[in-house]
This record gives sequence, structure tokens and C-alpha cells, in this order.
Amino acid sequence: MAAPDTVGTRDSLFEVEEMELAFGPQHPSTHGVLRLDLKVDGERIVGCYPIIGYLHRGTEKLFELHPFFQNVPHTDRMDYVAAATNNLAYVGAVEKLTGLTVPPRAAYIRTILCELQRISSHLLWLATHAIDIGAMTPFFYTFREREEVLDLFEEYCGARLTLNCMRPGGLPFDLPVGWTDRCGAFVDKFPAKVDEYEGLLTHNRIWKKRTVGIGVMSKEQALQYGVTGPMLRASGVGFDLRKATPYEAYGEVDFDVPVFHGGDTYDRYLVRMEEMRQSTRIVRQCLDKLPDGPVMAKKPRVLKAAKDTEAYYAIEGPKGEIGFYIVGNGTPNPQRCRVRPPSFYNLQIVPELTQDRLLSDLVAIVGTTDIVLGEVDR
Amino acid sequence: MGDEERKGPEEADGAAAQAAAEAAAKARAEAAAKAKAAKEAAEAAKPAWEREPKIPEWEEAGGDPIAAALAERHGASLLSARTLAGDLVLAVERDAIREVARSLHDEHGFTMLIDICGADYPDREGPRFEVVYHLMNLDSCRRVRLRVSTDEDSPVPSLVPLWRGANWPEREAFDMYGIGFADHPDMTRILMWEGFEGHPLRKDFPVEGIETGAAIYPEYYEEAAGPVTGTGTGWKPPRDEEGAAGAAEDA
Amino acid sequence: MAMLESLRDLVGPAVFDHAVSPLIKIAVLIFVGILPLISYLVLAERKILGFMQVRLGPNRVGPWGLLQPVADIAKLLVKQDIIPSTAIRWAFIVAPCLVVAPAFVIFSVIPFGPAASQTGGSLDYFVTDVNVALLFVVAMATVGVYGIILGGWASNSKFSLLGGLRAAAQMVSYEIPQGFSLVIPLLMAGTMSLQGIVQAQFEQQRWFIFQGWGLGLVAFFIYFVAGVAETNRNPFDLPEAESELVAGFHTEYTGMRFALFFLGEYANMIVISAVAVTLFLGGWHQPFPNAGWAGFLDLQWIPVLTPPLGLVGILWFSTKLAAFLFVYIWFRGTFPRYRFDQLMELGWKWLIPLVLLTIFGTGVWKILQ
Repeated sequence: MAAPDTVGTRDSLFEVEEMELAFGPQHPSTHGVLRLDLKVDGERIVGCYPIIGYLHRGTEKLFELHPFFQNVPHTDRMDYVAAATNNLAYVGAVEKLTGLTVPPRAAYIRTILCELQRISSHLLWLATHAIDIGAMTPFFYTFREREEVLDLFEEYCGARLTLNCMRPGGLPFDLPVGWTDRCGAFVDKFPAKVDEYEGLLTHNRIWKKRTVGIGVMSKEQALQYGVTGPMLRASGVGFDLRKATPYEAYGEVDFDVPVFHGGDTYDRYLVRMEEMRQSTRIVRQCLDKLPDGPVMAKKPRVLKAAKDTEAYYAIEGPKGEIGFYIVGNGTPNPQRCRVRPPSFYNLQIVPELTQDRLLSDLVAIVGTTDIVLGEVDR
Repeated sequence: MGDEERKGPEEADGAAAQAAAEAAAKARAEAAAKAKAAKEAAEAAKPAWEREPKIPEWEEAGGDPIAAALAERHGASLLSARTLAGDLVLAVERDAIREVARSLHDEHGFTMLIDICGADYPDREGPRFEVVYHLMNLDSCRRVRLRVSTDEDSPVPSLVPLWRGANWPEREAFDMYGIGFADHPDMTRILMWEGFEGHPLRKDFPVEGIETGAAIYPEYYEEAAGPVTGTGTGWKPPRDEEGAAGAAEDA
Repeated sequence: MAMLESLRDLVGPAVFDHAVSPLIKIAVLIFVGILPLISYLVLAERKILGFMQVRLGPNRVGPWGLLQPVADIAKLLVKQDIIPSTAIRWAFIVAPCLVVAPAFVIFSVIPFGPAASQTGGSLDYFVTDVNVALLFVVAMATVGVYGIILGGWASNSKFSLLGGLRAAAQMVSYEIPQGFSLVIPLLMAGTMSLQGIVQAQFEQQRWFIFQGWGLGLVAFFIYFVAGVAETNRNPFDLPEAESELVAGFHTEYTGMRFALFFLGEYANMIVISAVAVTLFLGGWHQPFPNAGWAGFLDLQWIPVLTPPLGLVGILWFSTKLAAFLFVYIWFRGTFPRYRFDQLMELGWKWLIPLVLLTIFGTGVWKILQ
């Protein structure tokens, strides 16, 4: 017989030993080179400390070395699955700093490119998120459509991922002949494809078991951590820069901003699915309204920012608010160019969301934040 | 310039010539003004994207309601309030930044911290570094930018007590510039590895990087010995030491 | 044949009949039947998954990729065999064998076709027909767990350990509903011999899946769900959940040792399916064996299939088996993965009570018969 005082409490029955687990940087579901130093009690996570910087390339330093024009390709390589929105945020900041105005046709084409980019980014997110939760098939379905988006990009600018498709003042080139038709054909059939993905996942019992109520982020938490984008909108804050401060052609098209109030992984999934449908609406309207005219503004041969001027310009990227803070110093190079990376801020909340959850939930939560380490580390 | 030069030799010819020259200059000026006006009119008639870009300029923004309210509340701590291209920029005394941010958060609805970043101005008089805060009011979509000057030795009050999300960007500013933050819960490097010396985004940090050797495993690799290739180094994991398992994988 | 007879004379008939003969049969079964079946099952899985996932699957090695298994095996055989320096060596080596061996041994009691006495031929289409075959199947299936736990532990890697522990909890938990669900066809048949159960289904003129007020169907469902969990397949592939535990218990395994784990998993899939076919779907009998209108299903009009070869039984058995294996693959293409606690909940809170009720119901049915 055991003595009474050793019976009954958990610690006396089982010797609880916490284990340290290095989750990443080489791990299938850390979406790159994220490392999470975990303390686990069995599978329960009692401590999570993200370690980032494995993909740090000093992009902000590189910005200072190159003239405004030559910096556009650097922005491609930050959020490398959403290059067009990065381009737009950067050239938008430069335009704000130098007073350039974009011709309407360029604004419309930029809007189309950004929305296609949002679709492609969300598709990649859905693919990896689903495969993290163990559903393999959506991966291939989404890549089928992502391929078509990338083909459209390739046809426009020659690149599929690192687009480098915008310049301060407009666009480097006009749309190829027939592009609008092909783009239109894609956006017309795409909503049916979204239904297909949803058919596999949305009402799947296991999918719901794995996502509903997992990683609940309250509105207050989201604001505390500066979380933006779909993650914020899944927590009940209907804030979207496309609606709040319309830029490019967003003021002239009609679309809805999906907002859900649960704040869990499932709601974030629903927000992004609906955003893909809204993106097709935006593209469709832009294609219908596409004005004629030049795609490049008149601009000085060498673009210079005045000394001690600065501008912050942000747009709604697929992952959240992507902004650029540029300080000019009277030369063609920026004095300081700071990126406001949405993934950096969205990732910061992961330790709080994963506290006392299981290892499997960690994978779901990291997946749902939709981080790209190239952007977190820059 | 051409006019001045041509005018020079005629100067000795007397008053009459001078008067004629003045009249001519006046006429030219008028013509120039007219041409300028015509050009402006033509410019205005052009669509915005074909006009000469209008470079934004600083404007005083003392009259801005937020700036006025802050000036009243914090007095001399608010050094200046200006706008540029529609952005409200407030320069704030270093030690008052948390109070200013708190009143923006509590009284003016700037509930979201968008970004914190450092900046380096080595040529500037006074403190070398600057910390730039971007706040946002989600209801009015208004943004405000706060700027704080500091140098390497004087830490800036951390905003982590106000926004937990200030943690990482402040660590990044520390990592990249060496700017310290007081009351920060975890003032460590974030992007560079622990043990790295130097602050990469400072203007005096060389772009090509510095020689760090293999700083990650100083106990296994000689400093600055270059990359280790192959398996013929004869190195074996120390079996009895802690961390042997981790090191073995690297070998 | 002459060789075998001289061997029989050498070792004596008793030893030959009970030891040597089954061993030879198992060896032939494994190398001629099971191993090719597994390698082509892998190819079929990749092809079917490819079809489900709008891609082609392997199509480079041989016509339609048919030689892909050969290439895979060659690759796995010649790969460097890495044993981590911190691993526990003997356990690391033993573990994959412990997974594969039991899975193969179970095949010895599975009736792939009729006995020689039924077809009038000279060949039994099974290795042995022991009267406790069902117990043997359950017992051997349990041994496989040791291999997985041992492999996870011996690797001395944290992810492997977590995978091994998950496997231990999962397989031990799901063995209970699985074992219990086997009781139901057993009650219906009144024998434990698998050959006898097949015959009982023939005599009762009904597959056990449709027998006993639908209780057979419930039992079949429980058996199959538990079987999927036992084999660590989607949606219960937690021990090797690649997005969570890298590769679970076989994270540190490479080359042929990894292939053995792989082999074990697929062998187990076939075992589970074969047992399901035998117990619930009439084994090697054709569908509707007693109905006149379905007589053509005996395939006697195809010349090569006529007795005494008795290949019809094999053919029907394989068809049913293939249907099951397809369902396995279909699951993999469709479902996300359960979380660990949810899996336990499903096992303990739903399947075990349900299977106990079903046993009770079957008992009542049996009494009323």
C-alpha cells in the first residue's frame, strides 16, 4: 500500500518532466526557417519562444545602397509569394515621397495584379495550411489554380514569383494583347474552384475539429500585437486598408470585406476563402472598367527625394498591412527605408496563442498566421 | 545668367543705356512671367500624371486638433508638430514617449501600434539615432508618426507596457542600431545571432559584412577558419558533454 | 516435388508437416505474393492519389511507371544506412524487423482461397488452418506495436520519441475496439477458424456484414475504423504525422531500414483488409454464391479458371481486397488528420462503448436464432 500522502496529486503519481523541443528551423511545417524553442510536457506546450533571423539578408541595408528605381526587386524577395503587393507598397511610398501621380490605367492594372497576387498568396496559404492539418489533396487543387495565376504574371512581366512588375510612377509596360481576356476567363471560373476547396474542407468534421476554437485571438489581443490583415478581420475588426483608405482603383470598385468574430483558426480560414472570391470580383470590375491611356507618369530622369523628407505608405497585402517608411536625403538613394512586415507582427502572437495547447494545434496555429519568413527576417 | 553677362559690358555707357536696359529687362521679365503663367496654365490643363511632380513639403501643424491637445497635455515634451504629404509627424522628448503614446492610445483612439523602427543619422547635430513610431486609429483611419532622438547610451522608454506587440520591433531596433529600450522584458538580439558584434543597419557598418568566423560554434571550429567541408576533419562529438546530441547532427 | 518428398523423408513426416512445410509456404507466399503485392500497392497508391489530385503519378520508369517499384526498391537498398551515433544500436536495428515480421506471419492463417478438399485439387490456398486463427491474428498484430515504440525510443530523437509514444497509446487503445469487433462475426459463425468463418457465411447465405439486424455492419465499421488507426493511416496517421513530428517514429531511419517500416505499414494494411474480407465479406466466395441468377459469377466459363486450380476464389478474394485498399487510399486523399486527444476520445468514448453494445446485441440475436 502506498502511503496516503503520495497518492492523489499528479506530481506524486507521475514524475513530470518538461522536454525542450527545437521545432525548426528544419521542420516541414515551419514554412521556411522559423524556429520555435518549445518546452513541452508530453505534447502540451508550456513554453514557446520563436527564434527568427535565419533568413535575414539585410534588405533594409540594401535599400540604402540603391537608387529608388533599383530597389523594386529587393521588395520581391521579402514576401516572395506576394511580390506584387510588396512592389506596390514600395512604389507607393516612393510616389508619395516624390509627388508622382499614377495614370489611371496603371492604377487599374496595379489593382488587378495585386488582387491576382492576393489570390495566389491565399492559395499557397490554403495549400500549406491544409497539408499541415493533414489534408493532402487541397494542396494540389490550389496549385492547379495558382499555376494559372502565375502564368498570367509570367505573360505580363516574364517572372512568376519575383515579379518586379511596378515602377515609381506607374508600370514598366502595358498589358500584352489578349491578356485581359485570359485574365477574365480565369476570374470567371475561379469562384467555382473556391467552392471546390471549400467542399473538401469547410464542412469536413475532422477539419472543423482541428480548427474550430483553436488559437482563439480576441480583438484586444489582435490590437495589442498589431495584428493586421485576415487575422485581424477574423477577430471581429472589420478593418481593411482597401476600404478604409482606398488606394489605386479600390475606391472605384465594389467589394465586400469579410469579417468573422470567432477569432479562431476556422474563422481565419473562412475569411481568406471569402477574400479570394471578393478578389475575383475586384479583378472582374477592373477589367471591365479598364481605361485607356499611358501606364507611366511623366517623371524626372533621376528620381530624387528632397532632403529630410519622409513618407509612410501602407497597403493591404495578402497577409496584412505592408508598409514602407522611406526617408529621403536629397540623393537618388533613400537615407532609410523601413519595411513594416505584416508577418513579423502576426508571428509575434504565436507564443500567446499556443500556450497550453497541443503540438498539433501549434502546427495549425502557425499555419493560420500565414507567415513568410522572407518577410519576417528580411 | 546669359542676361547678366551681356549686361556687364554695357554698364559704362551711361544712364540712357541703363534705362533702356532696365526697360528691356522689365519687358523680358514680363514676357517670362507671361510665359510662366501660360506654362502653368498648360501644366494645369494636363492630366495629373503628365505634370511635373510636386515634391511634398513640411508644414507646421500646430493647429491640428491632436497636436494641439498633446501640446496642451505634455507641454514642452512635444518638440514639434508638422505634416508632410498628409502625415502628422510629432517630435517627442525621449523620456516622454511612453506618456505621449499613452495619451494617444487612451484619449485619441490610436489603439494600434503599426510599427517601431530605428534610423541612423550620423551627420546630424545632437543625438545620432532616431526611433520612429507609427500609430493608427482604426476608427478614423488616421495615422500619426512619433519621432524620438536618442543616442547609443540613453535608452528609450519601452512601449511594451502599452502594446505587447512592441516587443519584437524594439528588439529589432536594438539589434540593428544598438538603441536600448528601458523596461523591455527581453532586450536581446532578434535577427542577428547571439554573440554577433556590431549593429548592421548603422551607417558605419560595412555593407559587405564583418568577419565573424564561425561564431556559432566557437568551441568546435577555429575562429575565422572558413567553412568546414567534408567529413575528414577528424572531429568527433564529445559524448560526455551536454549538448553532444545537437553537435553530432552538425558534424 | 521430388525434392520436397526427399526432405520429408529426411526430417520425418511430423516435423515436415508442422514445421518445414508451413515455412516453405510462408516463404513462397511472401516472396511471390506479398512483396510484389506491396510494391505494386505502393505504385497503385501513388497512381490513384495522382488521379485524385489532378496529377499523373509516377510515369517515367517503364510503361505507365510500372517499373517504379523496382526502381524504388533498388534505391532504398543501395542507400547509405545511417545509424545515428547517439542511437541505441541494437534496438534501432531490431525495431523495423519487429514491425515487418508479425505482419508477414499473419498471412499464414489468412485463407486466400478454398481448401483443396473443397475444390478437389491438390493445393490449399492458405498456409495453415488453425482453429484459433482469429486469436492468432489479434496476438500477432499486437507485436508490431513494439517495433514502433522501440524504433521511436532507440532513435534518441525527440520527434521519434513523441511519435513512438503516440503510436503506443494509439495502437493499444484501438486494439480494444478492434479485438472486440472481431467477436461479432465469431459469435455469428460459432468458430474461430477463419476457413470455418468463410464457410459459415456461405452456409448462412449471407455475408456477416449484412447479418444480424445490421449489427454486422456496425461491427464492420468499428473494425475498419480501428484497423485504419492500427495501421497508422490517414486520418489517424499521428505517429508519423509529417507536419507535426517530421516523420514520427521513423524520422532517423534511412534506406532499407526505413523501407522495412514502410513494408510493415503496407503489409498491415493488407492484413487488416484481408481479415475484413474474410470475416465480413464472405472471404473467397463469389458474391451471391447460392443465388441461381448470379451463377455466372463463378467464372467457370473462363477456361483457365476452372477447377482443380480453383483460381476463382483467389480472384474474388483479391477483388474484395483491392476494394478495401482503394478505400484506404481514398481516405488518404480526402481526410485531414485528427489531433491526438481527439483520436483517443473517438476510441475510448465512442468505439469501445459502441462495440460492447454490439456484442451484447449480437448475443441476443444469436439466442433468438
